[in-house]
Amino acid sequence: MQGGELLASVIWLPIIGGILVLAIAGRVQAAKWLSLGVALATFALSLPLWFHFKIGTPEMQFTLRHAWIPAIHSDFHIGIDGISMPLILLTTFTTVLVMISSWDNVHKRVGQYFGAFLLLEGLMIGVFAALDAALFYVFWEAMLLPMFIIIGVWGGPRRVYATIKFFLYTFLGSVLLLVALIYLYLKGGSYELDVFQKMPLTLNEQVFIFLAFFAAFAVKVPMWPVHTWLPDAHVEAPTGGSVVLAAIMLKMGGYGFLRFTLPIAPDAARTLDWFIIALSLTAVVYIGFVALVQRDMKKLIAYSSIAHMGFVTLGLFIGYRILAQSGRLAGIEVGLDGGMVQMLSHGLVSGAMFLCVGVLYDRVHSREISSYGGVVNTMPLFAAFMVLFSLANAGLPGTSGFVGEFLVIIASFRANVWFAFLAGTTLVLGAAYTLWLVKRVIFGEVGNAQVAALKDLTHREFLVLGLLAAAVLLVGIWPAPLLDVLRASTQHLAEMLVVSKVMP
Amino acid sequence: MNASFDVTSFNAGLVLARPEIFLATVACALLMLDLALSQAQRRWMATLSVVALVVTALLEGLVPVSARTVALGGLFELDRMAQLLKIVTLLTVAVVFLYSTDYLERRGILKGEYYVLGLFASLGALVLISAASLITLFLGLELLSLCLYAMVAFDRDSGIAAESAIKYFVLGSMSTGTLLYGMSILYGITGSLELGAIATSVAHGDAHNIGLIFGAAFIIVGVGFKLGAVPFHMWIPDVYEGSPTPVTLFIGTASKLAAFGLIMRLLPEALGALQADWSQMLVVISVLSMALGSVVAIAQSNIKRMLAYSTISQIGYVLLGVLSGTAQGYQAALFYIVTYVIVAGGAFGMVLLLARQGFEADRLIDYKGLNARSPWFAGMMAILMFSLAGVPPFVGFWAKLGVIQAVLGVGYTWLAVIAVLYSVISAYFYLRIVKLMYFDEPTETTAIGGSALMRTVLSANALLALALGVVPQTLLGLCQQAMR
Repeated sequence: MQGGELLASVIWLPIIGGILVLAIAGRVQAAKWLSLGVALATFALSLPLWFHFKIGTPEMQFTLRHAWIPAIHSDFHIGIDGISMPLILLTTFTTVLVMISSWDNVHKRVGQYFGAFLLLEGLMIGVFAALDAALFYVFWEAMLLPMFIIIGVWGGPRRVYATIKFFLYTFLGSVLLLVALIYLYLKGGSYELDVFQKMPLTLNEQVFIFLAFFAAFAVKVPMWPVHTWLPDAHVEAPTGGSVVLAAIMLKMGGYGFLRFTLPIAPDAARTLDWFIIALSLTAVVYIGFVALVQRDMKKLIAYSSIAHMGFVTLGLFIGYRILAQSGRLAGIEVGLDGGMVQMLSHGLVSGAMFLCVGVLYDRVHSREISSYGGVVNTMPLFAAFMVLFSLANAGLPGTSGFVGEFLVIIASFRANVWFAFLAGTTLVLGAAYTLWLVKRVIFGEVGNAQVAALKDLTHREFLVLGLLAAAVLLVGIWPAPLLDVLRASTQHLAEMLVVSKVMP
Repeated sequence: MNASFDVTSFNAGLVLARPEIFLATVACALLMLDLALSQAQRRWMATLSVVALVVTALLEGLVPVSARTVALGGLFELDRMAQLLKIVTLLTVAVVFLYSTDYLERRGILKGEYYVLGLFASLGALVLISAASLITLFLGLELLSLCLYAMVAFDRDSGIAAESAIKYFVLGSMSTGTLLYGMSILYGITGSLELGAIATSVAHGDAHNIGLIFGAAFIIVGVGFKLGAVPFHMWIPDVYEGSPTPVTLFIGTASKLAAFGLIMRLLPEALGALQADWSQMLVVISVLSMALGSVVAIAQSNIKRMLAYSTISQIGYVLLGVLSGTAQGYQAALFYIVTYVIVAGGAFGMVLLLARQGFEADRLIDYKGLNARSPWFAGMMAILMFSLAGVPPFVGFWAKLGVIQAVLGVGYTWLAVIAVLYSVISAYFYLRIVKLMYFDEPTETTAIGGSALMRTVLSANALLALALGVVPQTLLGLCQQAMR
């Protein structure tokens, strides 16, 4: 199997597997093993996407096109480039980790839990692989359903509020995206993404399309001030849900900006870049302060996610400022690269942080920072991992967190020193809130009897955190392979950004 | 009307009307048969009615239709839209009967009249859908409506049902009167009862004839009532709630298809030339329906009332397709109403499935923890609710996509935005059902009843909402052909 069929099987295997798991959900052990098997098989199938990936071309690879709905000129058209391939691998990798880490931690409707995650995985991969806007939208919305169920069924005490807020918030953004997509379809006569990207549009049209896209993608990222669903969703979601939400779902917003907003409405993006940059810097600085005062570990990490995603959007849009400043293309792709690496790194690091919180929560059943203290005394292994991921979260050189932030700050410097200064505050703020968290939770005297009774990591937990730690360090120390994969695509995108689509 | 009577063409017309003739004959025969059956044999009425409906649908499918054919002296017409609508109506009624029988039997109201009235109502719907003249249109509508009034009241020991029936009858008669008044104005101005002749006359006459617009307004009031669009919706919640659930199911599905046929015959076909005028009226009605339906549904605690308001808002979306006045819009509206009927039929079917002796399952809280009681049927209900909310990959999404595409196509961008925003509001109350089923613990643990047949049909119905959502091409293609 190769080419498009391989990519299609990476999408369909988890979906079909998920349906099978739901069918045998009554038999817990069988359902669990089947889920793990399907997740591993999907991960194995996704590896050739990387090994056989042709570096140096922005062309879509592993493409498959199949007539789907001729009535509205929509095809089942999938394919990947340097932007989507790493995100798909991140998805398949994270799902395996979620399966392993949730093995004994779910106590009700276990089969349905695992089945829901498999369905979610397939739909998320579909989002990254779709090259047809109607297909993209179907995956994009359908993905909400398993997540809605996951937070609502297996979440914390305020789960119903959190999940309905999550669903309606994202649904509201998405429907405006839908209107924009239909508008483009009526103009171009096809839902083909390529047609959308090449279509000339007046500036006025572009601005409206930009705003409609913004509604969908900014909510998903999430950007300040439409981020308020995220802390609720993260806090109430079960650990696995938080991991997937932070590691992959937030990336869809950034991916949407890369795949839709920038190539389809480049002139509007150029006109409104100040808007995105302002919101991004607000997220970095203001949300950084907000994170500092959190008492709940999950909430703190959720806010830190928003701040980090602010870096992503900053990196994606800073190119226009560079262009305005220097009139040259050079440096634009540094911002895009930085945004992409930041997304992938955040996927690994925030996922790992939520897993760490999950490890503590499973033992103590509290997410409050004040319930802990001196964990290192009873859980030295765990403490080592937690410190490593925290440093990565703070952007320590040698970890993946550094690469993305560094690239984005370099790009910001070319645009404006003050942007770079404001973005640079994250180095202080990020270190402050993460290290203070570590200090209060990990170090110091043993806080209470519960902490004194803690048992260190099980083999299963060690395996999950160890794999993530390896990935974080690998990307941090040797980011070149990843950057190689990205380069051709971001370069191509950078060229598209500067060509005006407004008809003369 | 044709002055000369031509036997050959009349006979050819009879061939086109064969399904209607067959259904009328069978309905009369079953009325007679019912007298001879004992209560223990009453289920035969259900079986025979379902068989009759399916056979009629087959006959309808076998009628060769190429283009629009007018027959029987200008009273009857058949086009692809009529054919599709009629087949869907017949199959819907068959499914309605399948869902209803257990419920009626458990409550001791399994009577032959339910089926006979249902068959005559279906006949009325068929005649209405195929009407080529105001006379047949009105005949079909009255046959349908009178049967429905009687069906609402047919559980004679229920006070609330009687109250609903009176309300339905009084308001229904008023709206019929209004419709008739509108028709009479049309007849007065154009001098014809045939839809085709009216269309020609309107197209060639003065487009700004205030009398015609006046007539169109009355027609829209009448049609708006039958569809249940705001501000002519007042009967819907009370009738839905008060009727026995099988009758609610009938009104909520089959009669909507007929009402759609009514609006398509009267507005685009007869008054196509006045499209600019009636489409403005429909814009107002459509926005009001979406708004009121989706907001007020949030406040309901009874699922039948909630589905009633949901119908009102969904009709608002159907009207979006109609008001765009393009072939694409009519296709989208047809697709919308057909898929809506499939999904709403399944939703009412779930209410019937969960109902037991002395327990109606019509309160929202009766759905608490359904996932713990029956993961399968909770899943089916979730599919239906997500489909009503218009979330992909379920069929409701393609329906909404179609009508939004239609209004965007004629430049109503603001209307498209309003439509999608109300779809977000309405998502809330559909999600609440899912929330109750999945996130809450059950208050009771009784197993789900229902015969194997009903469970199978209901599952197939819900899975159809998923299948049509994943591969919508077949039905989209059929609707496209129907409106070409």
